[in-house]
Amino acid sequence: MTSQVSSPAEQAEPAEQPGGVAPPAAERDPSLLAPRRDPSEGSGAKEVRKLERVIIRFAGDSGDGMQLTGDRFTSETASFGNDLSTLPNFPAEIRAPAGTLPGVSSFQLHFADHDILTPGDAPDVLVAMNPAALKANIADVPRGAEIIVNTDEFTKRPMAKVGYATSPLEDGSLDAYRVHPVPLTTLTIEALKDFGLSRKEAERSKNMFALGLLSWMYHRPTQNTESFLRKKFAKKPEIAEANVAAFRAGWNFGETTEDFAVSYEVAPATSAFPSGTYRNISGNLALSYGLIAAARQADLPLYLGSYPITPASDILHELSKHKNFGVRTFQAEDEIAGIGAALGAAFGGSLAVTTTSGPGVALKSETIGLAVSLELPLLIVDIQRGGPSTGLPTKTEQADLLQAMYGRNGEAPVPVVAPRTAADCFDAAVDAARIALTYRTPVFLLSDGYLANGSEPWRVPEVHELPDLRVQFATGPNHELADGTEVFWPYKRDPQTLARPWAVPGTPGLEHRIGGIEKQDGTGNISYDPANHDFMVRTRQAKIDGIEVPDLDVDDPHGAKTLVLGWGSTYGPITAAVRRLRTEGAPIAQAHLRHLNPFPKNLGEVLKRYDKVIVPEMNLGQLATLIRAKYLVDAHSYNQVNGMPFKAEQLATALKEAIND
Amino acid sequence: MTEALKLVPKAEAKQSMKDFKSDQEVRWCPGCGDYAILAAVQGFMPELGLAKENIVFISGIGCSSRFPYYMNTYGMHSIHGRAPAIATGLASSRQDLSVWVVTGDGDALSIGGNHLIHALRRNVNLKILLFNNRIYGLTKGQYSPTSEVGKITKSTPMGSLDAPFNPVSLAIGAEASFVARTVDSDRKHLTEVLRQAAEHPGTALVEIYQNCNIFNDGAFEALKDKDQAQEAVIRLEHGHPIRFGTDNTKGVIRDRATGDLRVIEVTPENEADILVHDAHTPSPTTAFALSRLADPDTLHHTPIGVFRSTERPVYDTLMSDQLETAVEQKGKGDLTTLLTGNDTWTVVG
Repeated sequence: MTSQVSSPAEQAEPAEQPGGVAPPAAERDPSLLAPRRDPSEGSGAKEVRKLERVIIRFAGDSGDGMQLTGDRFTSETASFGNDLSTLPNFPAEIRAPAGTLPGVSSFQLHFADHDILTPGDAPDVLVAMNPAALKANIADVPRGAEIIVNTDEFTKRPMAKVGYATSPLEDGSLDAYRVHPVPLTTLTIEALKDFGLSRKEAERSKNMFALGLLSWMYHRPTQNTESFLRKKFAKKPEIAEANVAAFRAGWNFGETTEDFAVSYEVAPATSAFPSGTYRNISGNLALSYGLIAAARQADLPLYLGSYPITPASDILHELSKHKNFGVRTFQAEDEIAGIGAALGAAFGGSLAVTTTSGPGVALKSETIGLAVSLELPLLIVDIQRGGPSTGLPTKTEQADLLQAMYGRNGEAPVPVVAPRTAADCFDAAVDAARIALTYRTPVFLLSDGYLANGSEPWRVPEVHELPDLRVQFATGPNHELADGTEVFWPYKRDPQTLARPWAVPGTPGLEHRIGGIEKQDGTGNISYDPANHDFMVRTRQAKIDGIEVPDLDVDDPHGAKTLVLGWGSTYGPITAAVRRLRTEGAPIAQAHLRHLNPFPKNLGEVLKRYDKVIVPEMNLGQLATLIRAKYLVDAHSYNQVNGMPFKAEQLATALKEAIND
Repeated sequence: MTEALKLVPKAEAKQSMKDFKSDQEVRWCPGCGDYAILAAVQGFMPELGLAKENIVFISGIGCSSRFPYYMNTYGMHSIHGRAPAIATGLASSRQDLSVWVVTGDGDALSIGGNHLIHALRRNVNLKILLFNNRIYGLTKGQYSPTSEVGKITKSTPMGSLDAPFNPVSLAIGAEASFVARTVDSDRKHLTEVLRQAAEHPGTALVEIYQNCNIFNDGAFEALKDKDQAQEAVIRLEHGHPIRFGTDNTKGVIRDRATGDLRVIEVTPENEADILVHDAHTPSPTTAFALSRLADPDTLHHTPIGVFRSTERPVYDTLMSDQLETAVEQKGKGDLTTLLTGNDTWTVVG
C-alpha cells in the first residue's frame, strides 16, 4: 500500500473528530499524518533522520507569497504538535521593486520536539526564491546548512540587480553549504500545464511547490493546507486546484528526486505542554480574542475606535469580523477620532478600546490625558514598531515605554501592561481590561511587531477559567449632604480602589457633567482651588500606584549573583539565553515584568537581592531608566534597536560578559 | 415621534425649563450671546419630552463649550475640537440617547475641522450646535476661521490674511443631511430651527450667529438691527417663495444663463420666477447656492432657517443593523467556539 501514501492527496487524517478537534496526541501517530517510508520497504525508500529541532527560513520577493507559505508551514507544524515560534519579516512597501534587496520578504519558523522560546537565531534551511533572497539572507545562514534555491531566477538580470557578477550557484561561493538547486518555476509551470493557465498565473503557485517540497522534507501533515487552499480560492476553483496541484507536485518532487535523499522527523513536543486543547496563534489574534473575551467576561459591549496603522491594523480587521459578539468597530478619520470615539463609548458604558502604534499614540496623547481626568475605563493598545516618527513600520522595537509612561501634559499616570509572548497577548489583554474596569482608568497594553505577527502554540483556555470582570454601574445617590439630601457625586471614590462611580447616561437621577478641567473632589464640579488640585493630582497618582498586580516571580535555581530583568517581547530570547548560560554552568537569575506601571510591590526588594542587574531591551534603556530612578539600583542596559528581536546566542554572550565583568 | 428620537425613552412627567437648569453658576461674560442660546435650549428641551437622563451634551473647548455644565443632563466638556469624535462613539454605541454637540467656530472649523466633516458625511445621529461669533473669545480675541479677511485682532495687527469658511457651505460640501442657520437673539427662530434639527434623523448642523460683546461686538448687527435686517436677512421656509426686504419687495431667482442664484426686485412680471425653497430636495446644489448669497463682509442677503433637510441612512442605525445581521447569519457569538478555532490538537498529560 505504499503507493497510497506517496502523495499528500492521499493522506487522510485519522478518524475525523467532531468540530475538527484533533485526537489526543497518543493517537496521533505521525506516520498517519505525514508520509513515512520504512527503509525496509524497498529500493525507493529514503533515509529518515530524527531531529530535535529545525529552523527554516522562507525568503523571496514581496510578491512571492512567502508570508502565506510560512503561515501554512506553521499551521501544518502546529497541528502536528511541535512547539514552534515564528518570525515574519517583511518590507513596509506593499510591493517593493521586484527582485531587489529591499523587496525581500522572509518568514522564519523554529519548531521542535521540546519547548522552545524563540524563532531561532540562524536557519538550518534557507529557501531562496530568487538571487535577492539569497543575498539578503546568506549572512544569517551557518555553514553546513541546507539552501534550496530556485535556479530559474538565477539568470543574468536578476543576479546583476543585486550585484552578483557571477552566479553564486556556480562560482563556489556556496561550497560551504548543502545547496539544492531546484528549478521551482519550471517545475511548477510543468505541473500545471493542463490547467489552461497563463505562464504568469501558473508561476504564482511556485510558493506552494516549495511548501510541498518542505512539507515532504519534514513530514508535515498536508490535509489542512489543501483544505485551506480550496477555501481561500473558493471563488476561483481552478486557481485552488492549481495551487493544490503545485503543492502536491512539490511533495512528489521531494519523494522522487535523488537530490533530496534524506527527510527529517521532528516528533511532537508532547512533554513540553500541559494537557489541554492547543492551537497556533499570533499575538494580534490572541490580543483580539482577549478583548472579546474580556468584554464577554465583563458583560459589556466591546467598542473599538481605530485608525489603520502597521502593525496594529490586524486587530481592527479581526474585531470587525466578530459583530455577532456585539463588537462595534469604528474606523475613524484619524488617530484622534479613533480614541475619541472609544472614549465616548466608554462614557456610554462600553468596554472601549483603541488600537495603534507609536505614531498614533503621539496623536492620541491629549485624549489619553482627558481619559485620565474623566477616570473612565479605556484600553490603549500600542503595537510598538521602530521609531521615531514613521521609523520602521514593519519592524519591532520597545521604545514606546517612556511615551506610555510619561507622554502627556500634566501629571497623568496610566497603568502599563506588556505581554511577553504571542499567546500571552490574550491574558495580557484580559488583565489590562481588569485594571481599566476596576480602577476606571485608561490602560496601556504594550505589544510590539514581533509579538503581533509571530505565532506559537496556545493552550485554549476554558471559558470558565477566565476571570469575572463584571462591573457595577452606579444606580443611585452615593452621598448625603449636611441637610440630609441624597445626591450623586461623580467623583466620590471607592475607598479601596479609589475608583470613581461609573454612571452611564440613561440612569435616572445621576445626570452629571464631567470634563477635562480640574474637578472638585467628590462633587466633580469645576474647581480651580489650589489645595483641591494638589489633592486631586496626588489622588489620581495614588489610585494608579495602588493597583493590585501580582508579585514578580524570580527564576533563580542556583542562587545567582546577577539578575537579568526584562519586559514584553524579549521574554523568549532572554529565557533562551538564560538556559544556555545555565547549561554552561553560569548561574543567572531571571525575572520578567508584565506590569510596568505600577511595578510589582516586591520589585525593589528583588533588585536589591542581586549584586548586578542587567536589563536587555529593544530600546536605549527605557526600563533601566525607570528602575534606576525609582529604586536607585545600578541597572545595566543591554540594548539593540535594529528592528529585530534579540538573538539568543548574542544575548547569552552579552549576559556572560556582564556576569564576568 | 420621528425616526431620530424613536429609540430614546420618553419623560414620565411633564418637564419644565427649570428641570434642564443645572445647579452651576453660569460664567459667561455679561451680555454674551451664549446666555440667550442657553435659555432657548433649556426652554425648548421640555417640548421634546425625552427622559432627561437620556440626553447628553458634549462640547469641545472654547466659551461655547462650557454649555454642558449648565444643562441638567448628562454632559462632557471634552478637549479642543474633538467633541464630534467623542459624540460619534457615544451615539453609535447608544441609540437610546439624544446626543448634542456644542461647539464654536474655532473648535469646530479650525482645530476640529476634520472631525466635523467626517461626522457630517457619516450622518451620525448628532445635533451639532455651532456657535459662530467669528472670533476666538476664550483666548482673548484672535481671529477665527470665520473672521472676515483683513480683521484686526491681537494676532493680526495688520489685518488677517485668511479667507474665511462659510460653515453652511462647508457642511453642505461635507455631505451634511441637515444644515441650518439661526441667530442668538431671535429666540423664536432659534427654537424652531432646534425643533427641526432635533427631529432630523442623522447629523444636524445648526450654525448659530452669536455675539461676542467683548471681542467682536456687533458682528451680526446687520442682521439684528430692525432697520437693516429687513434688507439683510432672507428667511428660508420650506415650500415658500424666497422673498425678503421691506414689504417683501425682494426675491431670489435662478439665473438662467449661469444657474446661479441672485437677488432681484420683485415685479408682477418676474414674481412667478421667484425660487420656492425646497429643503428636502436630495440635490445639495440649490442649498449650496443659497449659502453663497450672503456678502461675507456686510452680511447682506444672509439666509437663515433650514437650508437642507434630507433623509439618508443614519450611521448608528446602519452599524446596529450590521450587528443584527451578523447574529442572523452566524448566530450569537460563542466564546469557546471562537477561541478554539478550526485547527487544534490535544495534548494529554
